[in-house]
Amino acid sequence: MKKVYGSANEALDGLLFDGMTIAAGGFGLCGIPELLIDAIRAAGTKDITIASNNCGVDDFGLGVLLKTRQIKKMMSSYVGENGEFMRQYLSGELELEFNPQGTLAERMRAGGAGIAGFYTRTGVGTVIADGKEHKEFGGETFILERGIFADLSIVKAWKADTTGNAIFRKTARNFNPPAAKCGKVCVLEVEEIVEPGTLDPDNIHLPGIYVNRLIQGQHEKRIEQRTVRTA
Amino acid sequence: MAWDRNQMAARAAQELQDGMYVNLGIGIPTLVANYIPEGVQVTLQSENGMLGIGPFPTENEVDADLINAGKQTVTELAHTAYFDSAESFAMIRGGKINMAILGAMEVAENGDIANWMIPGKLVKGMGGAMDLVAGVKRVIVVMDHTNKAGESKLLKSCTLPLTAQGVVKRIITNLGVLDVVEGGLKIIETAEGVTEDEIRAATEAAIVN
Repeated sequence: MKKVYGSANEALDGLLFDGMTIAAGGFGLCGIPELLIDAIRAAGTKDITIASNNCGVDDFGLGVLLKTRQIKKMMSSYVGENGEFMRQYLSGELELEFNPQGTLAERMRAGGAGIAGFYTRTGVGTVIADGKEHKEFGGETFILERGIFADLSIVKAWKADTTGNAIFRKTARNFNPPAAKCGKVCVLEVEEIVEPGTLDPDNIHLPGIYVNRLIQGQHEKRIEQRTVRTA
Repeated sequence: MAWDRNQMAARAAQELQDGMYVNLGIGIPTLVANYIPEGVQVTLQSENGMLGIGPFPTENEVDADLINAGKQTVTELAHTAYFDSAESFAMIRGGKINMAILGAMEVAENGDIANWMIPGKLVKGMGGAMDLVAGVKRVIVVMDHTNKAGESKLLKSCTLPLTAQGVVKRIITNLGVLDVVEGGLKIIETAEGVTEDEIRAATEAAIVN
């Protein structure tokens, strides 16, 4: 069993194809798989559908794949920090499927758990409910949302052992576990790969069963809104 | 004299009760954290996966892995817990969060809320707002009473795409506090120096006594 690869390019070898669907972890620029995104940019894969809460900023994160016109469609909840995104969307070049944030997370979680769909109150009476099955449970209306089954998951954790058992740091966990689970193949990038036995088995956030390939590398970890108080 | 942003936040903070788990939206709602009453302990939830949000960090404490839902750097507290986005919205959807305080573009007299999209103009997305207003027990809106053109943001029915139907319980504006009740909005409180007649004049929604 070999999960550890030497670079993002090597880890993605044979996994990329035009028109594919990719689930990506991260919230804003926090906990994004920046090395794998850059490798996808270099590979030039086209017409990608991406399920990710956000789409980076103009020059970092998934925003770099917008600039190169590699993204056909985004499934996201919030894209307010990205000028190029708005431009491409309003001009009709980019398809956009807005998902409420919790619905997006649960669609990924469900897909990873082999659940085809679930009913939620979120979005009832809004445009999100258009065309979706409505069903009453206990006198309340719910809508049917479908699990996401992606071709590939790209996610980022803090540390992982060589078998893929991974831990995250603070709020950089966010969408990474649900995104990791809903792909046919999951590639994980971490800041540090450690030997088995180093991480506490009681505190594994993402068991290695979900991780197929693994790389380690330097991360820029850019901050979107640096807010400080005086000491 | 209407309330300013900080006074609105301070008024909203009076809604908080000891032991509550609360989600604060972006903008004025974020300021509510500065006015939590003495002796009241509330735990703030950030939908990107955190319970127990601490203050902004000092320059030395800034951590790229620790942000709130507005993507601002924050700190943790002794009782902080982290979790993933699916878990975060499970607790929201499951009704575990006692209160959400958020901003809005429009609120209707039946409690409908629109706060995520202006068609053809501003594409931002709903983020977690639809999940929050559908799942949280008590939804309170804090917003200006009128828009930049001076038109009421409290309407008979919303004109913008909805975030949810009939979920808003209370609205705190720069002019006062109004509750959503049978038949329309009821004035609960006026800002200092503002009269009920002034609120009526600035409100399109039906005001009931």
